[in-house]
Amino acid sequence: MEQNPQLPDQHTPPRPQHDDPGHEVVDREGNIKLPGFKSVDLGHESTEPLGHSAEATAVKQPVRTLILTGFGINCEEEFAAAYQLAGAEPTIVHLNQVLHGHVSIHDYDILNFPGGFSFGDDLGSGVVLANKLRYRKNAEGRTLLDDIKQFIANGKFVMGICNGFQVLVKLGLLPNLSGNVTPEVTLTHNASGRYEDRWVRLKVNPKSNSPFLKGIDSMEVPVRHGEGRLIIKGEETLAEIEARALNCLAYTDFDGSPTDVYPHNPNGADLNCAGLTDTTGQVFGLMPHPEAFLSLYNHPDWARRKRQNPGLSEEGDGLRLFRNIVEHVQSQRSATTSHQEAHQFSS
Amino acid sequence: MDSTQRTIQLLLKPGQHDGEGQRVAEAAQRHLGLSTGRVQSAALYTVRYPLSGEQLRDFATHCLQDPVLHDVALDEFRHGSDYKSYILVAKLPGVTDDEGISAQNALGDFLNQPLDTHTQHIFSKRLYFLEHELPESSLRRLAEDLLGNKMINRFEVGPIAQIRDYTPRPGGGAESITNTVPLVGLSDEELVKLSKDNLYALNLEEMRAVRDHYVSIQAERQAVGLPQDPTDCELEIIAQTWSEHCKHKEFSAVIKYRDADTGEEFEVDSLFKTYIKNATSEVDRQLRANGNDWLIKVFSDNAGAVRINPESLFVWKVETHNSPSAIDPYGGAITGILGNNRDPLATGIGGARLLFNTNVLCFGNPEFSGTLLSNQLHPRRIFEGVRKGIEDGGNKSGVPTVNGAIVFDDRYAGKPLVYCGTGAVMPMQLAGLDSWEKNIDAQDRIIMAGGRVGKDGIHGATFSSIELDETSPATAVQIGSPITQKLAMDFLILATRRGLIKCSTDNGAGGLSSSIGELATISGGAVVELEKVPLKYPGLRPWEIFVSESQERFSLAVEPSKMAELMALGQEMEVELTDIGYFTSDGSLDVRFDGKSVARIEMEFLHNGVPRKVLEAEWTRSTAQEPALLANLDYTDVLSRLVGSLNICSRESVIRQYDHEVKGRTIIKPLMGATGQAPQDAAVVRFNFESWEGVAVSNGILPRFGDLDAYHMSAGAFDEAVRQIVAVGGKLPNLTYGDGNFWSVNDNFCVPDSVYDPATNPDGKLKLAKLVRMCQALRDATAAYCIPLTSGKDSMKNDFKADGVKISVPPTVLYSMTAKIQDVRRTITSDFKQADDVVYLLGETYDELGGSEFYQLFGELGANVPKVRFEEAKALYTLMGQANDNGLIQSCHDLSDGGLAVALAEATFGHGFGADVELPATGLGLSAQLFSESHSRFVATVAPEDVVAFEQHFGARATCLGVVTQDGQLTVRHNGQTVISASTAALRHEWTNGPVNRIIGFGQHEAAQ
Repeated sequence: MEQNPQLPDQHTPPRPQHDDPGHEVVDREGNIKLPGFKSVDLGHESTEPLGHSAEATAVKQPVRTLILTGFGINCEEEFAAAYQLAGAEPTIVHLNQVLHGHVSIHDYDILNFPGGFSFGDDLGSGVVLANKLRYRKNAEGRTLLDDIKQFIANGKFVMGICNGFQVLVKLGLLPNLSGNVTPEVTLTHNASGRYEDRWVRLKVNPKSNSPFLKGIDSMEVPVRHGEGRLIIKGEETLAEIEARALNCLAYTDFDGSPTDVYPHNPNGADLNCAGLTDTTGQVFGLMPHPEAFLSLYNHPDWARRKRQNPGLSEEGDGLRLFRNIVEHVQSQRSATTSHQEAHQFSS
Repeated sequence: MDSTQRTIQLLLKPGQHDGEGQRVAEAAQRHLGLSTGRVQSAALYTVRYPLSGEQLRDFATHCLQDPVLHDVALDEFRHGSDYKSYILVAKLPGVTDDEGISAQNALGDFLNQPLDTHTQHIFSKRLYFLEHELPESSLRRLAEDLLGNKMINRFEVGPIAQIRDYTPRPGGGAESITNTVPLVGLSDEELVKLSKDNLYALNLEEMRAVRDHYVSIQAERQAVGLPQDPTDCELEIIAQTWSEHCKHKEFSAVIKYRDADTGEEFEVDSLFKTYIKNATSEVDRQLRANGNDWLIKVFSDNAGAVRINPESLFVWKVETHNSPSAIDPYGGAITGILGNNRDPLATGIGGARLLFNTNVLCFGNPEFSGTLLSNQLHPRRIFEGVRKGIEDGGNKSGVPTVNGAIVFDDRYAGKPLVYCGTGAVMPMQLAGLDSWEKNIDAQDRIIMAGGRVGKDGIHGATFSSIELDETSPATAVQIGSPITQKLAMDFLILATRRGLIKCSTDNGAGGLSSSIGELATISGGAVVELEKVPLKYPGLRPWEIFVSESQERFSLAVEPSKMAELMALGQEMEVELTDIGYFTSDGSLDVRFDGKSVARIEMEFLHNGVPRKVLEAEWTRSTAQEPALLANLDYTDVLSRLVGSLNICSRESVIRQYDHEVKGRTIIKPLMGATGQAPQDAAVVRFNFESWEGVAVSNGILPRFGDLDAYHMSAGAFDEAVRQIVAVGGKLPNLTYGDGNFWSVNDNFCVPDSVYDPATNPDGKLKLAKLVRMCQALRDATAAYCIPLTSGKDSMKNDFKADGVKISVPPTVLYSMTAKIQDVRRTITSDFKQADDVVYLLGETYDELGGSEFYQLFGELGANVPKVRFEEAKALYTLMGQANDNGLIQSCHDLSDGGLAVALAEATFGHGFGADVELPATGLGLSAQLFSESHSRFVATVAPEDVVAFEQHFGARATCLGVVTQDGQLTVRHNGQTVISASTAALRHEWTNGPVNRIIGFGQHEAAQ
């Protein structure tokens, strides 16, 4: 039986107990030491930690992932949470901090473009942001696209969700069959002509080589877009995308077969395609939102499923994607380390 | 064509699906009976920036064109050869043109040079080509009814051979003109006319008070070199500040109330003080006495704040945006949402993170087929426009629209009601200071952040304080720009966490005049330098700059020493910040233009000088009678018709166009279950990803019960919101010592003009009596449940007058509730979970069919209005909280529109289960058992193994009805007879294909042309 404490001071709410600066900490060179702005605010709004950070601390050098925001991007917080739950160390920065050279993408392992309505999507989704990355030059005369090309050439990873996927497509980073980063496909207004929020089932293309999708057959995720219909220009492009299995995700019906029937296929995409990778598998984008299905309780049918199976995992399907890529980067790294060690011995 | 003006046209490549064109053709046929033939749509950009031919072509092809979809035409209007007519839709000067601004942004990036952002260089337009040759009048009708709004758009139409272009050329030179307005010597009639002509919306007594004040201070004004008569700017400031919208004069009035039936009389000394503020003070006293000190800020800021835990606050605000939505539904709704978002954002220091939106909408019948009054928009058009405004306002801001309600009643056909609610989370401390406090000292700078000022939205505050008529002003319409606000919001979050801002407030109704006027009360005065305010275009007079309601703006108070850092951050994040003056402590609001005072008003008079109103209310009981209905109704058929009726049927087509799960925190969404079609009672949103704490959100609104008794309508609406939260697993507050279970309620009254006038408002006394009774019920409900009000709003003139006809809304109140959920994983959804679970009715059913949807089906109102029995209700809700702690309830759905029968049907929609139900022999009639809308009831299901514990726990409060079945049949028996036998798939089909989804349309893929 709990004892009633003494009546508290009736007019002064208690002070917070944690010493959280609540703001971003930047060193003299302008590098972000402690991300504050719209990062996962560790602590200050929580009472019950999920205990996910153990993995991150277990690894000496965490997988660092950069999440861009600003100018109407709005899914950065759940994107960061996804990486955090997957054991990585996410940092959210305003796009201008990258464009102005305060933050370098090369300090990170994975570059992420979240969903939202960048620049209001008034000229077509993702167009203005893609344009900025392609044309806006920094003090050294380089565009961010130049840096991203280098980033990919260095074997690192790029992920775009929804509006972020649209940006990658309009930039020509996806599917990039030609290798010279020119738009080959487009994403445009859903065949229904309307924005929709609904849950869909995706089937992973078994021939896809992308580490993001390793070991995943299918998943349920929400779509939330008005311009997600993939249109592929020309039969040749289409054939090549299929041949190289770049159409890594397909909308399916309840039986798990790819479908063009509404609402299972919510937008009428060519090849019933929900996501693409580039030929290396390092660049990956999709219209649906895996970062919106991190916990079982995001699913519309969670309550019944939990009743049927009380032991059901509390993790959502979407989290597997993030675990995949974080594990992949870690294993790549340990492979490199052991390779280097072997090299040292032999020399 | 202007030589410095170039155009870029994008049109779809042959073979690409032109969804927009197709929709226009279909809508023209369906809504206007116009046969357009095929319609081709095209985007047009007019560029007024010096570019070489090559630059223009490269910009068009690299930045604007989608190489897969579009062909580009430069300096020509290209179209298919078989089109005969055209419609060009451009924007009027000063109207927000986000698309043009985006293109301008892209041009700057493309040229790699900063463009002068003070001038609009690119203007976006839409062009439509029609296959048929239509007369100009038909084209214009199509344009005005389907493609735009003449308040904000300019249309050019005609035969395709003569395409006329239009590009706005805003304003002339600056107009630094300030006039004085003599009041002395004006007759009463002249004072009233002056108020009406200038849209001051002040009555005679108020005009006299202003005049008398200026007479009394003549000598002082002369001494400091001010004109004796008030300036136009001063009168505008007073009018905005004293507007009903800002000052709530009727809620502060002295009301003489008389009950015509009993002869009882009493006087109410301010509805707000008596029934709202005092009631909440009493609740707070009880809460604190029981160790619950989570009530942090009530009624004194832009939004109310309660404590979630020692680290964070929950901020909650609901507002209305009715009048603007009547004139321009899209613009009205989007500015409503964005404006309401700014309230929690600018509470205390500012910089809360928005968590969710909720919307409640009241419209006329969208299938109305009668004749519209002058300037009255068709209810369907208002519905579609408002829906689109909410879609863009929420989705583009990245704020999930987690639930809402749509109520239809013919009396909302003149003025719709558009309620926008926003919840947000704020750390208790921002850079070491209490986040909810507003502190300002003299010499702190006044910073305007966000958008620029134009003529849009001038007089919004006063305009919403009068009834609408056919001559309502165009300047009152504004279009929101979610992207501009998103940038300002991101900036505010960061700046407050860095401790750069002392406090903030939003620029909503009354513009700078209200925001600075209110902030200045903290320090005791302000000096504003209007010439520094950045304008969208020249030509505004000082008073216009000061009262303009141009959107997406915040006013910030900033310490001089923080200015440099703040301005640098603004530049980095591309948010325009302007230093427009400073706070003082000399007791006056001094507004200057180029160093010269254009207004100087004592704060004391401005905020406390408004004379109090004395109003009369007289209550007469409704004389309605219970109807005699046919004895042998086919209840299966009745149920089927009910689930397909306007106020009950599915809203899925609306809901799915709102993003209800961005931020990844929505746990109970509006539609759940395996089918995604089971309607839920309250939304549940978790606060973050580190804890399972969350908040439940509900809305209670029952306008039709007000036709029988406004008291019971208001009490019922309050109970409806409470029980929705209880249904999903929320617990009442203050049940145990220091349980920390916060509740936060906003009340929003929307009533017709309730000021008696023998000629223009003969039933004004009864309307006011209804309002008094609504407030009395509110007081009783807050006391009974110990649930506090934290903020609210009243909108007092919801009438539309045209052609000698007045359409008035029924007195309406919305209670928007939020409550803490300790662990979102333990919440309950409404849909049946498993066959063989036992179905119970919780709570008691009475013979209360008055105002029910069942009677509505037969065109009857009835008399027996449902009443809330607070004590019994509270006991039941307490029991439910305990039952949920023990995990005894598997599904729970509150009973509301359509009563038990509809609730049972809806609970099957999630998975296709059925239910086998036997109604108890209670002596109550069958219709009442099935369809009575008695309050405080639920349908709950219980796992077979928990039945004993459940029945023991609830005792007589639970009535066992039957079991959930696998067979998809809803069977209801009574006295051994089967009274309902329906396939739940068929019921779901009726519900899904009801009028709302038929009108808004489902998202099937449109056939390619």
